[in-house]
Amino acid sequence: MSTKLWPALAASAVLAVGVAACGSSDDSGSSGGSGGSSDSASGTIAGAGSSAQEAAQEAWKANFESDNSDATVTYDPIGSGGGRDQFVAGGATAFAGSDSPFDTDELPKATQRCASGELVQIPDYISPIAIVYNLPGVEDLQLSPETTAKIFKGEITSWDDPAIKADNPGADLPSTDITAVHRSDESGTTANFTDYLHEAAGSVWTDEPDSVFPIKGGESAAQTSGMVQAVKAGEGAIGYADESQAQDLGVAKVKVGNTYVAPSADGAAADFEQSQKDPELSQGKYVFAYKVQRTPTDPSSYPVLLVSYLMGCTKYDSDEQTNLVKAYFNYVISSEGQQAAAENAGSAPLPPGITKEDQTAVDAIGG
Amino acid sequence: MEASSTATTLRHRRLFGAGGGRRVGDRIFSKATVVAALTVLAILGGVAVFLIVKAAPAVTASAADLPEGKSLVDYIAPLAFGTVLAAIVAVIVAVPLAVAVALFISHIAPRRIANSLAYAVDLLAAIPSIVYGLWGIFVLGPAMVPILDWLVDKLGFLPFFEGPASVTGRTMLTAGLVLAVMILPIISAVSREVFAQTPRRLEEAALALGATRWEMIRMAVLPFGKSAVISGSMLGLGRALGETMAVTIILSVSGIVTFDLVSQQNPTPIAANIALKFPEASGIDVNALIASGLVLFGITLVVNMIARLVISRSNVQ
Repeated sequence: MSTKLWPALAASAVLAVGVAACGSSDDSGSSGGSGGSSDSASGTIAGAGSSAQEAAQEAWKANFESDNSDATVTYDPIGSGGGRDQFVAGGATAFAGSDSPFDTDELPKATQRCASGELVQIPDYISPIAIVYNLPGVEDLQLSPETTAKIFKGEITSWDDPAIKADNPGADLPSTDITAVHRSDESGTTANFTDYLHEAAGSVWTDEPDSVFPIKGGESAAQTSGMVQAVKAGEGAIGYADESQAQDLGVAKVKVGNTYVAPSADGAAADFEQSQKDPELSQGKYVFAYKVQRTPTDPSSYPVLLVSYLMGCTKYDSDEQTNLVKAYFNYVISSEGQQAAAENAGSAPLPPGITKEDQTAVDAIGG
Repeated sequence: MEASSTATTLRHRRLFGAGGGRRVGDRIFSKATVVAALTVLAILGGVAVFLIVKAAPAVTASAADLPEGKSLVDYIAPLAFGTVLAAIVAVIVAVPLAVAVALFISHIAPRRIANSLAYAVDLLAAIPSIVYGLWGIFVLGPAMVPILDWLVDKLGFLPFFEGPASVTGRTMLTAGLVLAVMILPIISAVSREVFAQTPRRLEEAALALGATRWEMIRMAVLPFGKSAVISGSMLGLGRALGETMAVTIILSVSGIVTFDLVSQQNPTPIAANIALKFPEASGIDVNALIASGLVLFGITLVVNMIARLVISRSNVQ
């Protein structure tokens, strides 16, 4: 159209090229082929899935590759559903990370994908979810599951509601309107948060747990950073986010038994230790799916946590691939791996009982 | 006569080389342009075919399998509403602003200032939409909060400002304002090119009849440039309809249908919904999202076709 538009077009083209160049930071270094020593793992494996695991996977990948110089691991954080789909479809995706285990529809297909061996599904990443709020003047906030459910359902609309007062005796609560913020995208955090509300306050929160927030209306924000920004911007706002991302926001204590517990890595691990396997979804020798304990009574546990899984097979087409997956999974569940994730992603190290069980599955790979 | 035709032939020789060489070059050139033109059609057709094929399973699926357990029409209609609402807010804000900017550049400002301002407006188009999104959520949103309060307080009787006002500023009005800034360059660029071509004789005739500058612009420039403003607005509308990243970041979406522009509950535009839901979607949900994309494709196609129609009609004049 106009000749004067050309400078703008040229500028945007330059920008686009620049962005593309920055974006293509994926490792193109091929270390496959002539393997090094027979002991250390070599080759390339690709994984995909949960974005909640992204920071942890990055740390694992970096440490694992520096320990095994001939190995390359890639992880594409396309989302849990996409990761499971890609894994089931086979091809290059050797392992998946997912915030929810394979459901009953997917299990047969996933088992089929690992037809030459067994399907492996182990919890590899747990992280406390904080209930974050922005209420100047209120340093400590305590919430029972019922009150939390009513707030996020929109039944409690003001901070000086009797239900909140009952949870916080003696606190000076303002009459500010409550703005409950939920995630507008599909998210494992939402799935675990609504699971907590459903299990711990089922009389109020009647909706089934879902990765899409089930209630229409209310404020919503995309991704964890959007959630944190929304709560930070709005006085009287409350939301939920990975505890490591809570930054300088207020963090509510959650009612456990007769006391109120702040989120912590230890609390999340203690709670997960008490969790039982879900028999319906744990069909397979090495397929572990857990129903997270949402109603603990022991005040050392914190029940609002996210559990994420690692999926793979015990046998792949090539031995090199099998060995590499085994070595990588071994590292992920090892105490060093869990420590690296804790430092980089703020996750909670797996409790010993879970690690032990995970180990049986990892040992079966290639065995 | 003779001399000039010889000169023309000579010029041709210089440009295309002598004899047969010129024909080969011509042929390659025309073939290359045909291929380029067909490529565009093939891409457009390919996208349309992809959308239709991938959307088909969602069209035939039963409501229970689709997201939210609703029929495809019930699922997409509120999204289409959100798309159109956001784009209309943007166009209502952007068009007067863009026309004023275009007039300033073409008729009011001294040439030096006009040129640099024109360049600055064009640069607005070069800012990536994610940057607009970040600006919207960190700066404009919080800054809008007192304005939203004021609107609800003073103009709350209108359905658009019914409230309650959002405390985060992440509303349809904020998103619309950001979109308005994003589409301002295209509207103002198209308008100002045509404003500048207003025949001098019309302008001088108006001035000679004693018209002020404003009257001259109103009587000569604006009628002459009317179709350019309309087609520029349509192109801007097309961009606003499809804009994804900025809206996804800024808007607090709820998927409901409301004309309230200032509350925390807002309709979800199609593009934002796809960006939000696609990463974790699987199975039939993906098809439903692509079906909504097909609807968006259709809406933008219609808007752009109307824009072309307006332009071509004005060309005939």
